[in-house]
Amino acid sequence: MSTVGQHHIVKSFDDELKRLHDALARMGGLTEQQLQGAIEALDRRDSDLATQVMNDDGRIDECEVFVNEQTIRLLALRAPVADDLRAVIATLKAAGDLERIADHAANAAKRSLVLNQMPPVAPMRSLVRMGKLVQGLLAEVLGAYLAHDAERALAVRSRDQEVDDLYSSLFREILTYMMEDPRTITACTHLMFIAKNIERVGDHATNIAEMTYFLVTGRSLNNPRPKRDTSALEGALEGFGEE
Amino acid sequence: MAQTQPQGGAEDPKMTARAVTVHYGAKPALHGIDLDIPAGRVTALIGPSGCGKSTFLRCLNRMNDTIVGARVGGSVTLDGEQIYGPGGIDPVLLRMRVGIVFQKPNPFPKSIYENVAFGPRIHTLFRDRDHLDQMVETALVKAGLWHEVKDRLHELGTGLSGGQQQRLCIARAIAVNPEVILMDEPCSALDPIATAKVEELMDELRQRYTLVIVTHSMQQAARVSQQTAFFHLGRLIEAGATEQIFTAPAHHLTQGYITGRFG
Repeated sequence: MSTVGQHHIVKSFDDELKRLHDALARMGGLTEQQLQGAIEALDRRDSDLATQVMNDDGRIDECEVFVNEQTIRLLALRAPVADDLRAVIATLKAAGDLERIADHAANAAKRSLVLNQMPPVAPMRSLVRMGKLVQGLLAEVLGAYLAHDAERALAVRSRDQEVDDLYSSLFREILTYMMEDPRTITACTHLMFIAKNIERVGDHATNIAEMTYFLVTGRSLNNPRPKRDTSALEGALEGFGEE
Repeated sequence: MAQTQPQGGAEDPKMTARAVTVHYGAKPALHGIDLDIPAGRVTALIGPSGCGKSTFLRCLNRMNDTIVGARVGGSVTLDGEQIYGPGGIDPVLLRMRVGIVFQKPNPFPKSIYENVAFGPRIHTLFRDRDHLDQMVETALVKAGLWHEVKDRLHELGTGLSGGQQQRLCIARAIAVNPEVILMDEPCSALDPIATAKVEELMDELRQRYTLVIVTHSMQQAARVSQQTAFFHLGRLIEAGATEQIFTAPAHHLTQGYITGRFG
């Protein structure tokens, strides 16, 4: 009986798929670095690090351009099917998510430069805690993606709720802080935007988890992940009504 | 791995195959195939050379009967009627209802008109000359060849280009108003333009007929069929919706074959 090997009969096809996989791995590593840099810059009030994160964003954009070009090339020249097709599509989409994550990191870094001009505000500690949680999720989902581990990816997907919970509580915390001391409103507004950036990173990590599941199983996750970010509702109902 | 359940089970199967075996002398070529051929759809049979896909195709209109030493077992039905066995449909009638087009265009060394009129003549399907003319025209129109040949109907069919010859063979198959058309690698001798014309024709033909095509071109199977069945070493490994087979095949052999990782 014929055997199914790991490798394509046409070796250059393997090389091209590997190049695409490696490009995503490199892009993932760089994106992790960017997110870590942004969180650290916030935590340590390190403007040099924040500036570096902002400047390095272009490297991730270059990676995305490479992945896009390589994908078009593979689709046009190799007409991939089955798991090869899923790998190409999943990589293309995951690269889009990574690019967005890096943008959010750069935005957070940019706001941290402004925050460093003002006195520290207390909710920053919770923000950094949320940032580290998201950083952990990103590392985990990238590991799952590169190892083609659907189980691990699903675990990450379910953990995005923790991020949403933290975001909702951080929202309340920042709001309370602003109401108690209106002098902190400028700094707290920046914090709020940064919190949203980090929460969005969690959503993109979830997208990558879903792409991993599709890549491995060929099935899409249809059931929407339950959202527990209730900040929009709370802001309307509690935040301003009582004062 | 023999399938106990018919794969690609269709709600409205035009043809069914159950436990179909074929031996050439002592040599087994098919080991018990269960497959439904859904009506009004194109079913593509794919697999490496010698996997039994053409043998299976030929079971569907008893073309294996013409091969000395070939024995067919199991059952094949057309609209629920057995096509083998004592109560089976008469093979001549069967081949009118289940036409076949081969890899190499094989028009008769007769005029274009006579090629198409051949079937209606031997089955005496026409009332008079005008009726026969009409049947020839209709078949050539359906085969997408009418406008290219209407002014040269009495020239030799063998004088047409390869792609035109193949469409003439399709017109010849259509002329007797079949229900199922079998195609054994119908485009492998054609250039990409002629191939595209035949593929477009298949898409139109499936409005009226049920098609089964054997192809070595995975992309052709993906383009033209709605159901794909993958054969390997005389067994049906996997059958299912073409979209599913080409995005997420269930069996590792199918995946290895269609992605080009077959050892």
